[in-house]
Amino acid sequence: MSTEPVASTSFDKMATDKRYAASGEVPEGVARNMQASAAGEVLSPGFSVRGQFLEGRPSYLDMQATTPMDPRVLDAMMPFLTEQYGNAHSRTHTYGWEAEAGVERAREQVASLIGASPREIIFTSGATESNNIAIKGIARFQRAKRRHVVTTQIEHKCVLDSCRWLEAEGFEVTYLPVGSNGVVDVEAVRAAVRPGETALVSVMAVNNEIGSVQPLAEIAAVAKAAGAKFHTDAAQMVGKLPFDVNELGVDAVSISGHKVYGPKGVGALYVRRRPRLRLEPQMSGGGQERGLRSGTLPHPLVVGMGAACAVAEAERERDEVHVRMLADRLLGGLRANLSHVGLNGDEDTARRYAGCLNVSFACVEGESLLMALRNIAVSSGSACTSASLEPSYVLRALGVDEELAHTSIRFGVGRFTTAEEVDMAVELCTRHVTRLREMSPLWEMTLEGIDLKSIQWSQEH
Amino acid sequence: MLARLALRSAARAPVWPAAAAPARLYHDHVMDHYENPRNVGKLDSAANDVGTAIVGAPACGDVMKLQVRIEDGKVVDAKFKTFGCGSAIASSSVATEWIIGKSVDDCLGIKNTDIAQHLKLPPVKLHCSMLAEDAIKAAIKDAQSKSEAAAGAEATATA
Repeated sequence: MSTEPVASTSFDKMATDKRYAASGEVPEGVARNMQASAAGEVLSPGFSVRGQFLEGRPSYLDMQATTPMDPRVLDAMMPFLTEQYGNAHSRTHTYGWEAEAGVERAREQVASLIGASPREIIFTSGATESNNIAIKGIARFQRAKRRHVVTTQIEHKCVLDSCRWLEAEGFEVTYLPVGSNGVVDVEAVRAAVRPGETALVSVMAVNNEIGSVQPLAEIAAVAKAAGAKFHTDAAQMVGKLPFDVNELGVDAVSISGHKVYGPKGVGALYVRRRPRLRLEPQMSGGGQERGLRSGTLPHPLVVGMGAACAVAEAERERDEVHVRMLADRLLGGLRANLSHVGLNGDEDTARRYAGCLNVSFACVEGESLLMALRNIAVSSGSACTSASLEPSYVLRALGVDEELAHTSIRFGVGRFTTAEEVDMAVELCTRHVTRLREMSPLWEMTLEGIDLKSIQWSQEH
Repeated sequence: MLARLALRSAARAPVWPAAAAPARLYHDHVMDHYENPRNVGKLDSAANDVGTAIVGAPACGDVMKLQVRIEDGKVVDAKFKTFGCGSAIASSSVATEWIIGKSVDDCLGIKNTDIAQHLKLPPVKLHCSMLAEDAIKAAIKDAQSKSEAAAGAEATATA
């Protein structure tokens, strides 16, 4: 789900750019149709969507990208944004002391959610920074004796990029493939890990694109047996599924504030103390956060994250029931109304987080569907929605056919999603997928029974 | 949001509803063709005066099917079906409009830059206009080869 900025040429530049040099005039028929269309005439009956869109903000169904802030979190943050604005590290006056008290309370709340001690939590600017600290910090600390790292092909970009950085520093990194349900095979991990040589195994807990849940406890055991440290990016799991650092046996965990209905710009890293996890800090400075992460803490954001974790701990089970009900309603509704609807990820919700539904609508391209679904906010794994025109690397790692990768849409439901929003999403998808299929030559061929794989296309990659 | 859009370019007036701006800021013309496409459908591909072309590949995310009916060296009707993004749909929709009423020679002279200029496609979407140009040429070629084959068959039948 790329969010890179779109490269675009301004309309003025197009006047002189030779890629836009028109060879002739615009034909009269084209101009006539433009006027007719502007006057409201429907030019291909059954295919127009004029007047079908509702006014107002779209309904938010992209919970994997970010979550709205819980009002209780905002309430907790407000005093620290207005009156209690001291620097949490100022030791000499009440402004500092009250800010510090807020931070320490938040630390307890985050620790409680994952079954850790507050002394094992450090705050960062987000899961990206936590991943960077964990991966680079753990590997670099061991660089004298261990130079191998194991991770998967479906990790978040910040993990993959950190590993690439380590490769440039002389580490060897193994990127494990995953099954077609997005879950990594524990035996493959066991085969890849080298006792005495592997410094770190990093496997994300729940994938952000397809929701696949990895067998963390088993992988942690494999890592421990080889003397390697185990880190997991649990941004999409914490607060949603049960997570206890001691039951799982993990050494480091990355947490993101804005995935648990908290503010953006804050995250946390769990760093095990028994046995102590040693890592090289990535930020130099005054030694805050036990010397592991220097910098003045954004205490309003930290307090917000703490409050979000406290709410998540109290309401996790209720949320899980609610999300499961909505996800079943969404997927069930789509499957009842449409044929050729595929799910990218495991059907079994023991291996896939229920709230993440990555769906493929065969023969309908993702970006064209997104343009029709403008009354809901969802995202797509299609190439056309990424500036590089490459379909999502996660879907590719699953072995999803490239043409199906172009047809995928990701729906994310959460704590605040309502049944009406889900029903509207089902109705919109049904209507527009049907319309776009009528416009699709691939659908025509599918209905005629032609096997799309048998055709010699005019343009191969 | 709308104020920011207005500042960006005073010359453009976005047509899409205030509900939500799409992920890419397409020009009105693209949105017009997407929301109100022209000439969607099919012609009888068995007919002798109909040329059919399918260009692109599902793996690339763009497949255009263009059909043209040619009478007396002029394109009298065209229909399209497309699997692709908004730009691809718009490009093929424009392509059908562009060729109807034109002579075959004029149609073969249509360049992808015409379509790109009319739709103001972003650079990352220029390949959609190229695919549309390929579709026009391929459909006309198919029609021409069918009519030559039909003329040949007639000639041998009457000979």
